[in-house]
Amino acid sequence: MAATTHDAGTRRDFLYVASGAMGAVGVAAIAWPFVDQMNPSTAALALASTEVDLSTVQPGQQVIVKWRGHPLFVRRRTPAEIASAKAVDVNSLPDPLAYNDNLPDNSPATDANRAIKPEWLILIGVCTHLGCTPTVSTPQMPEGDYGGWLCHCHGSQYDTAGRIRKGPAPRNLQVPPYSFLSATRIKVG
Amino acid sequence: MSGPSTYNPKSGFERWLDTRLPLPRLLHDTIHTFPTPRNLNIWYTFGGILTFCLAIQIVTGIVLAMHYVANATLAFDSVESIMRDVNYGWLIRYMHSNGASMFFLAVYIHMFRGLYYGSYKAPRELIWIIGVLIYLLMMATAFFGYVLPWGQMSFWGATVITNLFSAIPVVGNHIATWLWGDFAVGDATLNRFFSLHYLLPFIIAAVVGLHIWALHVPGNNNPLGIDVKSPQDTVPFHPYYTVKDAFYLVLFVIFYALFVFYWPDFFGNPDNYQQANPLVTPPDIVPEWYLLPFYAMLRSIPNKLLGVIVMFGAIATLVFIPWLDTSRVRSCRFRPLMKQFFWAFLVACVLLGYCGGQSVDAARFGIPLVWVARIASIYYYVFFWLIMPIVGLIETPKKLPASIAQSVLGDTAAAPAE
Amino acid sequence: MRLTTVTLGTSLALGLLASTAAFAVDTTRLAPKDAAFSFQGPFGTYDRGALQRGYQVYKEVCSACHSAQHLAFHNLTEAGGPEFTEAQARALAAAAKVPAEPNDKGETTDDKGAPLMRSATLADHFPSPYPNENAARANNGSALPPDLSMIVKAREGGPQYVYSILTGFGGHAPAGFKVTDGKYYNPYFEGWNISMPPPLKDGTVTYSDGTKATVDQEAHDVVTFLAWASEPKLEERKRFGFGVMVFLVVLAGLLFAAYRRVWKDAH
Repeated sequence: MAATTHDAGTRRDFLYVASGAMGAVGVAAIAWPFVDQMNPSTAALALASTEVDLSTVQPGQQVIVKWRGHPLFVRRRTPAEIASAKAVDVNSLPDPLAYNDNLPDNSPATDANRAIKPEWLILIGVCTHLGCTPTVSTPQMPEGDYGGWLCHCHGSQYDTAGRIRKGPAPRNLQVPPYSFLSATRIKVG
Repeated sequence: MSGPSTYNPKSGFERWLDTRLPLPRLLHDTIHTFPTPRNLNIWYTFGGILTFCLAIQIVTGIVLAMHYVANATLAFDSVESIMRDVNYGWLIRYMHSNGASMFFLAVYIHMFRGLYYGSYKAPRELIWIIGVLIYLLMMATAFFGYVLPWGQMSFWGATVITNLFSAIPVVGNHIATWLWGDFAVGDATLNRFFSLHYLLPFIIAAVVGLHIWALHVPGNNNPLGIDVKSPQDTVPFHPYYTVKDAFYLVLFVIFYALFVFYWPDFFGNPDNYQQANPLVTPPDIVPEWYLLPFYAMLRSIPNKLLGVIVMFGAIATLVFIPWLDTSRVRSCRFRPLMKQFFWAFLVACVLLGYCGGQSVDAARFGIPLVWVARIASIYYYVFFWLIMPIVGLIETPKKLPASIAQSVLGDTAAAPAE
Repeated sequence: MRLTTVTLGTSLALGLLASTAAFAVDTTRLAPKDAAFSFQGPFGTYDRGALQRGYQVYKEVCSACHSAQHLAFHNLTEAGGPEFTEAQARALAAAAKVPAEPNDKGETTDDKGAPLMRSATLADHFPSPYPNENAARANNGSALPPDLSMIVKAREGGPQYVYSILTGFGGHAPAGFKVTDGKYYNPYFEGWNISMPPPLKDGTVTYSDGTKATVDQEAHDVVTFLAWASEPKLEERKRFGFGVMVFLVVLAGLLFAAYRRVWKDAH
């Protein structure tokens, strides 16, 4: 038996197109949950923010805290360290940008742009070369020439504001988004 | 019906592809032009619905497996984490659990359709047998899957069913220990059940391919049970049955969505929201509803080994149906006596299902349910082993129409009701 | 004759179904009370006030013996729940103590052997009142107070059942029934002997929003909270479901029209 005559062709075509289109829209709409389920769950997002208690950190000391799976450097700088970081001419740095998530992207890497309060330096402890964790330099155990950090993997050296000064790393250490909840407590992320 | 292909590639790309891998041709012949009887009714839409169900279970299952942890200590919590923390995890989980119930509802309708219209009769015996194999694989998959959330019912259902194997004389206990990987259901069991639960659906998909392939050799049966005699008896699968299947599929999805969004725990058991405890047995151990008829058969026999044999025998019986039914007429529309026994069989299955869900010593109207289950089980066996062979020989069928086309197009009124 | 068989069979099946109230047969526990809750029905939502009051009841009364380990403090801020502000939830978390990570020396207990604790954060789950099952049983006459995260879904009868248990104390045991020593009479509990002492009285808590705290009110509020604890996604589910149903009905209509068009000339 031949297919139906074409006098009703246009109306049937519209129905076909409309049904097919609606079906496609439905499939796309239901596909979104299947894609979104791979995004971080609310449990992972709850750990996206960490609070750090600063009261136990001594001047010249650094503590490492885990944040979003990475080490977070929380360093209480001595006045000498702050001064040496402020004294550096930004234009002479290998990387002049601040990489501070609290500021606009093109902010220069002045010391003021690297820390909300000069005494506290909060950095993501991942070397911007290939991802190792740099070792902190202290007066008792100096690491590198700039008083900041030395990455033992390939010799990158960072200063007391976490800026790259020497070595293969291309960028300054990242400053994460953070804020002070009180004088002794910060919320990171 | 299989025959030479009428496929004509319409674009350069189609021609390029078809000469290298005849996939366009295959799709054209099976879904586009395939001549299908013009009188198929709503009960014939469930094959397509089942394919949809299988796809849904596989997709939701794979996604759930991204978050589920198959470890006895962590499994229950991982499922709750899916429900609470994973984006839309609740939706995917409820789609999967209710999807299993929908899958079985559709398969039972599909099987009863086959029984009523004689779709298992020559030359379609192998389609029916492959179907029984799919049904078996589905039951195994569902059984493994229900254990995975590691709730009380998961654990104790697994314990009861795996203990059945210990009924086998001599080797029974060794088989049970081998299945468990331990001295009782535990972490080892859970891990292997997860592996098998992930594997079997893909085997089901392959066997479904065989099922459809075997169907496309003789072509579809139809409610009249008479063969296609001329092209007037058929219509091309597209657009007639693509649009019909799509419509009924959407109706089915509406029914499915009602459960997913408004009664998501309707088919479940509250005890499974309690973590498995090997030291505390729930007062009533009940499998999921689709396994209840066989569970009732098992429990109705006081002897453990005999109960196991009766239960597995009931499933094995299905394989022999093409040869048990002696009637030359396929469809019960024209078999007035067989029709009655068919409906009684449906009632017996529903009764068995009901009995399976009650506790062993329950009674209604003063009748212990175990006796209802026994009578229904006896009828189950009698229906296949006695009634099917005998009725086929003694019944006087109604007069068959001359052809499908004559039955459908010859009448001015709408297609005859059953 | 076919009609007779079908009718007889169906009536028999329906009659059997009608003669029982639920799937599981229990002959002793009373049927749960007929309490109404705002979250039931296809358009039901949780009453925000009831959720917050219910959290207060859970915190002040139930959490002394019952854990709710699947709930985390950040859940209290999420849409569809009590919807505390982040600051409020942070404060609620800080008031709770959870086991601390090992200190710099690697210790997890202090000099006296007590476990080191720290304030909870939003990421933490609600702490358990007892460190393990044995401790829980030792403190409760060898009965184990069940975790409440999913209690409403884990009991036949759901919210009505939990509500009936909480408000079912105080009756007089009928003649001939002796309450077991150390247990309490509650006819809504299977066996009528429950290990939990009546947890709620009028004025057990003082609601910060001024609502009068009768037993009925407290029970209603804590059951609403526990229902949310079992089903935090209920509102999202019903909202999504409404959109899906509307979409599917429209699609079904379109496809039905297409189906009739295609088949018009085939009959």
